Amino acid sequence: MLEVRGVHTFYGQIEALKGIDVTVNEGEIVTLIGSNGAGKTTLLMTICGSPRAAKGTITFEGRDITRMPTHHLVGTGIAQSPEGRRIFPRMTVYENLQMGALRTDPKYFKQDLDMVYSLFPRLQERQEQRGGTLSGGEQQMLAIGRALMSRPRLLLLDEPSLGLAPMVVRQIFDVIKEINRRDKMTVFLVEQNAFHALKLAHRAYVMVNGVITLQGSGQELLANPEIRAAYLEGGSH
Amino acid sequence: MAYFLQQLINGLTLGSIYGLIAIGYTMVYGIIGMINFAHGEIYMIGAFISVITFLVLGELGISYIPLALVVVLLCTMVLTGVWGWTVERIAYRPLRGSFRLAPLISAIGMSIALQNGVQVSQGARVKPIQPIIQGGLTLFHQGDFDVVVSYLQIFILVLTVALMIGFTWLITRTSLGRQQRACEQDRTMAGLVGVNVDRTISMTFVMGAVLASVAGLMVTLQYGVIDFYIGFLAGMKAFTAAVLGGIGSLPGAMLGGLLIGLIESFWSAYFTIEYKDVATFGILVLVLIFRPTGLLGKPEVEKV
Ligand SMILES: Nc1ncnc2c1ncn2[C@@H]1O[C@H](COP(=O)(O)OP(=O)(O)O)[C@@H](O)[C@H]1O
Ligand SMILES: [Mg+2]
Repeated sequence: MLEVRGVHTFYGQIEALKGIDVTVNEGEIVTLIGSNGAGKTTLLMTICGSPRAAKGTITFEGRDITRMPTHHLVGTGIAQSPEGRRIFPRMTVYENLQMGALRTDPKYFKQDLDMVYSLFPRLQERQEQRGGTLSGGEQQMLAIGRALMSRPRLLLLDEPSLGLAPMVVRQIFDVIKEINRRDKMTVFLVEQNAFHALKLAHRAYVMVNGVITLQGSGQELLANPEIRAAYLEGGSH
Repeated sequence: MAYFLQQLINGLTLGSIYGLIAIGYTMVYGIIGMINFAHGEIYMIGAFISVITFLVLGELGISYIPLALVVVLLCTMVLTGVWGWTVERIAYRPLRGSFRLAPLISAIGMSIALQNGVQVSQGARVKPIQPIIQGGLTLFHQGDFDVVVSYLQIFILVLTVALMIGFTWLITRTSLGRQQRACEQDRTMAGLVGVNVDRTISMTFVMGAVLASVAGLMVTLQYGVIDFYIGFLAGMKAFTAAVLGGIGSLPGAMLGGLLIGLIESFWSAYFTIEYKDVATFGILVLVLIFRPTGLLGKPEVEKV
């Protein structure tokens, strides 16, 4: 479904991605783990064309999206809940969800809104509250809800568990699992919280300094002693 | 009391004009973090377009005032909007992502170019126009002083209120308004949800230009003379209004405009007309000392 082939991305002179190959098949949850500064966020943003890949190709459902303008991407069926959530702070929860549905046929709006509210009842309670005044967990729910409002076939999630209480993390991961099972949504999940992510994922990649160093099924990587030493020990769950 | 009331009416009218221009400064600053120094010139161009349209209508023999006003208003708004769009396209968009001062320098260049362009094409002499809206209502007498609100002042105030209602609706209730606010709050994220950021920035310039053009029309009607240089001082005042109200804040721009209009008219009435601009800028300095973000401003957000 998503094929990233030999992608290089630069910030000025700094090469943040040094030839990345990643495949995400339809219906999968694929996770990408790696320590801070590895280039995970850069990869998700490069898929969305901001920054743009300097070399390599990105295809989605057979279509080359490497040079596609960022604002057209959501129309192809890719939505992102980005690092840091990036809620529109001075818009209400409802308006943030409206923004998510910007490029979607308005006839689906009510139904999609109900779906998001049933996944995250908290958002309905906070409907008229400004995004910037929500707690971290609520903002994360809103970021995912906003992404879902565009009816994506591929959902990109960048560190949804960052800075959240364990209970909220569990709730968010349950939702990810549910939309994958129930709605057959394909999910590409970036996490530093490797334990939860690997348990959830069908397949996983490990990134170090802009290079993919390991890949395998979630179970394999969970059992891999190197991974355990680098990403799991030290109680990241 | 009567004298005071008269100054209040005059001040609000003048303030409406400043407020309409100020919104363009504040919106552009809000979305791209730049002071559009050519905005005063856009207002001046609006005034010129309104004069030219009046003259053309006169030539065509259209003398029914309400019809003429509506036609002039629409022509001025549309044509000035196109100017606003064009300025953004040729002077600012190519510099997006360049170093921070580049668009500012370009704006100053644009301002000079527009001023001189109008001077060359329209001539340097002032352009007079016959009074279009005459007469007024005497509200009441006190002693030998009449409190008068002219029909023109009523026209200006009503038009300003109508524009503010329409504009508020546009920004808070429509998809275009949400896209505009989204770009202002997080441009990258706006792109991710599908907002065409470049187009939205263009639309912001158009909206600012349209409001400024109405101010240009009002000044044409109010003073009956315009020249290529009116954009400079009005632009400075409106920019001051935007800063006073809190740059980036839309209600702040209107509030700042009204305050500056009131300060000017009261200062001229009770003190000396020569120092009214000193008073205006003096009050700006005082407000900024005690409230650096302006009256309704939010804390500084750095745009990149
Ligand atoms: N906007 C930017 N400008 C310059 N360098 C950046 C920028 N964003 C990220 N980087 C650099 O690129 C590298 C990868 O960063 P990032 O993709 O954010 O990593 P991760 O998400 O894995 O923590 C880091 O070295 C980071 O410092
Ligand atoms: Mg990151």
